[in-house]
Amino acid sequence: MRKGLKGIYIGLVLLFLYLPIGTLMVLSFNEGRSMAAWTGFSLHWYEEMFKSRMIVDALYNTFMIAITAAVVATIIGLLACIGIQAMSNRSKNIMLGLNNIPLLNADIVIGISLMLTFLMFGISLKYETVLFSHITFCIPYVILSILPKYRQLSSSTYEAALDLGASKPYAFFKVMLPDLMPGVVSGFLLAFTMSVDDFVVTHFTRGAGINTISTLIYSQVKVGVRPTLYALSTVIFVLVLIILVTANIISNRKNR
Amino acid sequence: MAKELIRLENISKAFGDNLVLDNFNLTVNENEFITLLGPSGCGKTTTLRIVGGFETPDSGKVIFEGRDITQVPPNKRHINTVFQKYALFPHMSIEENIAFGLKVSKKSDAYIKDKVKYALKLVNLEGYEKRKIDSLSGGQQQRIAMARAIVNEPKVLLLDEPLGALDLKLRQEMQYELIRLKNELGITFIYVTHDQEEALTMSDKVVVMNDGRIQQMGSPEEIYNEPENAFVADFIGDSNIVDGIMVQDRVVKICGTIFDCVDEGFGKNKPVDVVIRPEDIILSKPGKGIMDGEVIHNVFIGVHYEMEVLAGGFEWLVQSTKSFPVGSKVSMRVDPDNIQIMHKPKSHDEEAIALDV
Repeated sequence: MRKGLKGIYIGLVLLFLYLPIGTLMVLSFNEGRSMAAWTGFSLHWYEEMFKSRMIVDALYNTFMIAITAAVVATIIGLLACIGIQAMSNRSKNIMLGLNNIPLLNADIVIGISLMLTFLMFGISLKYETVLFSHITFCIPYVILSILPKYRQLSSSTYEAALDLGASKPYAFFKVMLPDLMPGVVSGFLLAFTMSVDDFVVTHFTRGAGINTISTLIYSQVKVGVRPTLYALSTVIFVLVLIILVTANIISNRKNR
Repeated sequence: MAKELIRLENISKAFGDNLVLDNFNLTVNENEFITLLGPSGCGKTTTLRIVGGFETPDSGKVIFEGRDITQVPPNKRHINTVFQKYALFPHMSIEENIAFGLKVSKKSDAYIKDKVKYALKLVNLEGYEKRKIDSLSGGQQQRIAMARAIVNEPKVLLLDEPLGALDLKLRQEMQYELIRLKNELGITFIYVTHDQEEALTMSDKVVVMNDGRIQQMGSPEEIYNEPENAFVADFIGDSNIVDGIMVQDRVVKICGTIFDCVDEGFGKNKPVDVVIRPEDIILSKPGKGIMDGEVIHNVFIGVHYEMEVLAGGFEWLVQSTKSFPVGSKVSMRVDPDNIQIMHKPKSHDEEAIALDV
């Protein structure tokens, strides 16, 4: 009885989590335009999607920005962690506080303030401003996921490497980085998904004619939702899923 | 005559307001097993880290084979360290761990392979090359840390409480292992510990430290049998430290009773500190010894009975293989040889000055 209840409970939770995505995916293969009635299987909407220059551009933009922003943010975040860890306790706490404020800040505030700053310094909004903004809001997440790993690391392995004759960079790359890798990978993935997810900041910092998927969908919704968007959403979901699963498999293999 | 290898000259080091080493001087000779012994916070680990190059002294010099290496970074010193928590590299196999130093110094693969094999044999872990670090027990990890340090053929091996995390039995085993290794390799060991038994068992020379200063330096026998001050006497082994009055040469009055001793030159009727080791007190039936008392406590601790005897207003710690039940009247006597007389420190500063000289 208890076991049955547990099963039902878990089933309900999973249903709530995945039913919407399931519905979306199913409807993306629907032949008609109806949101309610299934009229037959078709790849029609996928075809239309890939033929649409706008959608393909948006897809490309989204993933290029996400990957570049995540890579840059991970490197900057990692360097920041090295610096923060070397600080005295007082400065460390101040830095962590400064790092946490953007995390708690509402996206809308970040978006508008970035836009204002760009414009004030005479930088016209374009692709690069979006990328720069994404890097900016990703860095705190990277720091947050690497720093705890850094704390676990005993300083003695680094000293042991120096003791055995290694130069400082060699000791860092050969001894410390492999131990930090799980944190680095999760920081990267977090930054990547945050960037793909973002609408608000992108919306305020993008130049004319530059769309990511989220801004594109937003502008299309105003005209009316076409099932191509279901297809697009399915493609994004599957792409992100593939990236996350691969990254997890790789990091698991390394750990073993 | 032993050849000098390392000399620490007037080293001082403070962390913030905390003066850890105060004008510290020490000479280490070639092929010596020297132990820095003291309570935590006495500056022993800092001394070791200064020799290893992980700390830079605020003032003073580190001389290694006649060369000033005070500012030389650790990776350029011909010195290797075995760290307190082993500090093995968890993502590398045992072979890779041991080979790390050799790879850095660009030795050939064949040489590295031979060396790793030799080092594993030396620490009795042959055939462990491919194993993972976390599949090893604490004692085995300790041995790998040793092997990793010694393959580089350092002139000096620094050991920072390497046995601290092991259980008693293993610790004793590793002590003999360390002595064997040192004799086989013929290199200098500088060993840091707070465990006095460890220090006495293994060392050629023991340096007792407290408050950033050397309290006494000498062979284990000297340190144990002739402590120079109350701190050393108290820290090394159990001891009874009592007030006494040096009546004249070779005669001391303790708790109102006259004892013969072998010390001279303290003057007449001078107050002194007297150290008597608990195993040196001989108990017998009342009237047969010098001072009578009563057993107030008795515990069997394996090798012997540990008793407390109230005599002359002082509770004496006595160790004996012969048990006297609690409440029984006994008489104590001590061989003149086993009474150690020390000057009374007049004040902390004067004590410090006396020790520096």
